[in-house]
Amino acid sequence: MTSTGSIIYLEDVTVSYDGFKALSRLNFYMDRRELRVVIGPNGAGKTTLLDVISGRAKPEHGRVIFGDHTDLLPLRENDIAGLGIGRKFQTPSVFVNLSVWDNVELSLKRASKGVFATLLERDAGGERERIAATLATVGLADKAARPAGALSHGEKQWLEIGMVIAQDPELLLVDEPVAGMTDEETSRTGELLESIAADRSVLVIEHDMEFVRQIARKVTVLHQGTVLCEGPVDQVQNDPRVLEVYIGRRREGTNAHG
Amino acid sequence: MTRSLLLLSLLVTWLAGVPASHAQSPEALKALADLAADNAEKREAAVNVLGGTRDPKWLELLAALRDGNVYARTQGKALEVVVGGTKSTKGDAELIDIASAYTRTALGTVPVASLTEIAADRRLRIAIKPFLDADETRAQLASADPERRRGAALKLGHQADASAAVVVEAAIAKESVDRVRETLQQAQALIRLAHGQAADRILAAQSLGNLHSFDAMPALQGLAADPGASRAERDAATHAIRQIERWSLLVRTVETLFQGASLASILLLMALGLAIVFGLMGVINMAHGELMALGAYSTFVVQNVFRARWPEAFDAYFVVALPVSFVVAAVVGVILERGVIRRLYGRPLETLLLTWGASLIIQQGLRLWFGAANVDVSSPSWLSGGFALMNGLTLPVNRLFIIALAAASVGGMYGLLFRTGAGLRIRAVTQNRAMSACLGVRAGWVDATTFALGAGLAGLAGCALTQIGNVGPSLGQNYIVDSFMVVVTGGVGKLAGTILAAAGIGGLNKGIEPALGAVFAKVAILVMVILFLQRRPAGLFATRGRSAEA
Amino acid sequence: MPRREAVALGVAALLLVVALPICNALPTSSPLHLSDFRLNLFGKFLAYAILALGLDLLWGYAGVLSLGHGVFFGLGAYAMGMHLMLEIGAKSVYQSALPDFMVWNQVKELPLFWRPFYSGAFTLAAIVLVPGLFALAFGFLAFRSRIRGVYFSIITQALALSAWLVFNRNEMRLGGTNGLADFKTIFGFSLNQASTQRGLYAVTALVLVVAYLVCRWITNSRAGKVLVAIRDSETRVLFSGYSPARYKLFVFVVSAVLAGVAGALYAPQVGIITPAKLGVLPSIEMVVWVAAGGRGTLVGAALGAFGVNWMQSWLTTSYPDLWLLFLGGLFMGVVLFFPDGLVGALARTATRMMRLTRSASSTATPTESARSREAPRTGHPRPEPVSRTPLQ
Repeated sequence: MTSTGSIIYLEDVTVSYDGFKALSRLNFYMDRRELRVVIGPNGAGKTTLLDVISGRAKPEHGRVIFGDHTDLLPLRENDIAGLGIGRKFQTPSVFVNLSVWDNVELSLKRASKGVFATLLERDAGGERERIAATLATVGLADKAARPAGALSHGEKQWLEIGMVIAQDPELLLVDEPVAGMTDEETSRTGELLESIAADRSVLVIEHDMEFVRQIARKVTVLHQGTVLCEGPVDQVQNDPRVLEVYIGRRREGTNAHG
Repeated sequence: MTRSLLLLSLLVTWLAGVPASHAQSPEALKALADLAADNAEKREAAVNVLGGTRDPKWLELLAALRDGNVYARTQGKALEVVVGGTKSTKGDAELIDIASAYTRTALGTVPVASLTEIAADRRLRIAIKPFLDADETRAQLASADPERRRGAALKLGHQADASAAVVVEAAIAKESVDRVRETLQQAQALIRLAHGQAADRILAAQSLGNLHSFDAMPALQGLAADPGASRAERDAATHAIRQIERWSLLVRTVETLFQGASLASILLLMALGLAIVFGLMGVINMAHGELMALGAYSTFVVQNVFRARWPEAFDAYFVVALPVSFVVAAVVGVILERGVIRRLYGRPLETLLLTWGASLIIQQGLRLWFGAANVDVSSPSWLSGGFALMNGLTLPVNRLFIIALAAASVGGMYGLLFRTGAGLRIRAVTQNRAMSACLGVRAGWVDATTFALGAGLAGLAGCALTQIGNVGPSLGQNYIVDSFMVVVTGGVGKLAGTILAAAGIGGLNKGIEPALGAVFAKVAILVMVILFLQRRPAGLFATRGRSAEA
Repeated sequence: MPRREAVALGVAALLLVVALPICNALPTSSPLHLSDFRLNLFGKFLAYAILALGLDLLWGYAGVLSLGHGVFFGLGAYAMGMHLMLEIGAKSVYQSALPDFMVWNQVKELPLFWRPFYSGAFTLAAIVLVPGLFALAFGFLAFRSRIRGVYFSIITQALALSAWLVFNRNEMRLGGTNGLADFKTIFGFSLNQASTQRGLYAVTALVLVVAYLVCRWITNSRAGKVLVAIRDSETRVLFSGYSPARYKLFVFVVSAVLAGVAGALYAPQVGIITPAKLGVLPSIEMVVWVAAGGRGTLVGAALGAFGVNWMQSWLTTSYPDLWLLFLGGLFMGVVLFFPDGLVGALARTATRMMRLTRSASSTATPTESARSREAPRTGHPRPEPVSRTPLQ
């Protein structure tokens, strides 16, 4: 394989919806234990990138390799999740009718998540500790018994992050984690992500540049479904092409709409 | 005997005061006398002779004979046949007016006892019948109504009686309507085929082939298989049969296509309202069928009002019923939407159960009000009958009307959604409710309008259905599942999906019905829809992309 | 299972399985006597309750609304009915070894698919396997392609319509519109005898208790939590590594088997099974049992089946015109005002009463957070997200 050190490797990937190319011959890869932020204007294909990796969208052509040599294309979403790729959605997606504890319990990594395994399996060794530890990480330990539906918006976001952590993924996909959060919640989320990135790979999509500067080491800019440029935050921010895309596009847009 | 008959005939002619015509040929006069004979065979032969003259006056006599009004009396040595008229009594004696057999000249009033009735027994009546029928057919041939003329021509062709050839020929010369002339030509060819010489028969077979005459199939098949016929005759017949069979295939195909289009248009009419409400509001309206039933019953009521108040304008009732059924269903729809459905937006399964409950109540209400039995809705005259598209295929006008109505509804919907301000608001609320509200669109008003529109379309569909099916309280139940299949197959993204799905399901259904029967065709459609959803779970035109499942 | 629930269940089981048949066996003069008619009626209701349990598992827990469960009920009932028809043998009106309706339809020979039903063991297996395998095939296709929500409901409704149409056909050799009827014996016991009916009732009650235990076991397991999770957010379940399709398929098959068993117990007690029992209307009526009793609570589903049907048997004899109005009103009322049904409404009232008494005795703060994790969930699902897609 070409990429011994990479955790995820996309080559020449194209995805289109009804003729519109969300991703166009995209090449992208990430190293293990890397925290990467992907930015880009609306419609640049950021969420589609996550869709392709997590199995929700199937590309027309191209390759998607996880770890050393696992081809993700033929796999379904739940199989990909089982391999160790966790995904946190933009809008919080938790099980509102289950308790916070149950939410995390269901997410725990286990040997089998098949129907009969879950019917027969009882509490495996150390499960309670792992759940408690996860809840402590995301700061919801005292709300374990509450139904998840009773949590605030920010708490739901953290619970979902906790659920994804409980999956013990090698690669975490996070879509706009701080949208709709207060400043304080935002900075706490940033710390949370950094601590997670200590022993796994994290791919974050974000709009909030301040937040990006807080957490990012390396930034990828997507534009019209392809990588525009890649590099450290400062460098990317001053790249003329990036300015062109962000500001130039805005100018065109203003003209177009009179 | 012969002498006296001759004498009699002369006498009669003289009395009638008309010049002798071929009708009163010696044969006819001899036959007239034979009518009074004791010999049944002789009498039958006499009927045949008289009928064979095709003289209306002799035929009148035969009609009188059939009705038992012909008598014989002895005039001197000769036997005279007279026709009886009004009877009266004078004292003990029963009297009767009599008239001469041919000219119907009054011969005075005589006692019944002086006459002998010439009884028309069964055998005689049977002998008389074809002559009278043929006469009636000829009368129809002269009718002002082309359909009656055509009917007579069909009958003549069917009888293929050699003696009718002259009449048919004369009629062809006079006929101005193409369809009728073709039928007459068919009759002529059939007669020639049955009675002509070999050359005539070949020409007749060719003519029948060119006319695509289905009626001629048995005769042609007979000729084709007739060992007595010449080779040329048989070949001509075989060729004509092939011509007709090819035409028949074409007719069947067009017919199936039409039936498919007809079913598709019915499905479309029903599914259109459903699809709009589901597509725009995410509401599965299980009461849609009952809204259709409401439309149908509105039509029934409007019809009754017209029948009672303005019977002379009865045909106009349907024009009034269409908007009335739309409005009635729309009003009930708005009541439903504003009253209950509004509280459950975003919960499709709950809405489904709620509207099902409403459907049961409406259905039972209709049953209690109008009775459980089907009610009778008559078609206005302009919706009954058929439109003859081609030889062998007549399209019912009511089906054509429904196809037109479905097309008009679709057109109206497109116009409304994409060409008017209200449509723009509806689409705006569909795409982004909150943003539309911020921009000053009253979302509640839009919801109510949309629902009224969908419900009104259901009413319209119900009104149309009265012309092709039974109207009863459970009218809606019979159609609802089919229309849901259309919506599911079409997807909620676009109206085009609904149209395509209706066309596909309607066409397929009619296409496989001949092979499987109605029930198993329906089952096969369900299986196909499920298999189709394997490839496109959200229907034909789902909105794809990341917004679809967010 | 918590102790209190176990005790309650035990008492209910004793009452249903043992006490009621004993009451029936008492002499008519006894004040506790239960008439044969009543017991038979209860037997029918309990059969319905078995079906309701399965439907609740599917809809109340996994959020999958099936409008075609009458089909599975019918499959079980017809399987049993076929065996009972064959048991009649030559005791029938036409004294033929063939069922009467076949004699009318001039069928000369028993169709091949009828033959195995001579065997009682095969019949019992068929009662479970036929609905189960059919549900497996149908559900596999439906869930694999992610047909969900109202789409699934509509497809199952079409299934009910199709099955009704097909079973009505004489050439299916299943009795056409008249169905299967005039059963004489069941496994050798005469169906005319009160003791046989009592036995059938007891078996039905016992099966209900067992079915309840099985369902309770499923909902208490982690799989049960996955089912509720699917109802809440299928996408999250998918990205948590579970296959929602498999779980839904599993619970769909379980509920179909329960429906089939219910049908098999229904047929001999009512004495007839016709296609009318597996059409669109009966199928959706089953849903209202669950809704009225309280979906997401197994007890509620069983109570709903019992209550609604009792109501029906009373209304249809006393005020036949009102039944459909009542049923329609029930649908609307439950959905609008009691989304978690009778049991949910009772639970809410009880909570309010407790809070009232508590705040009266002490000025304690509201103790909503003290909800036990093990407590049976009575909450109705929150609004399901609907994708309002634009019309283009």
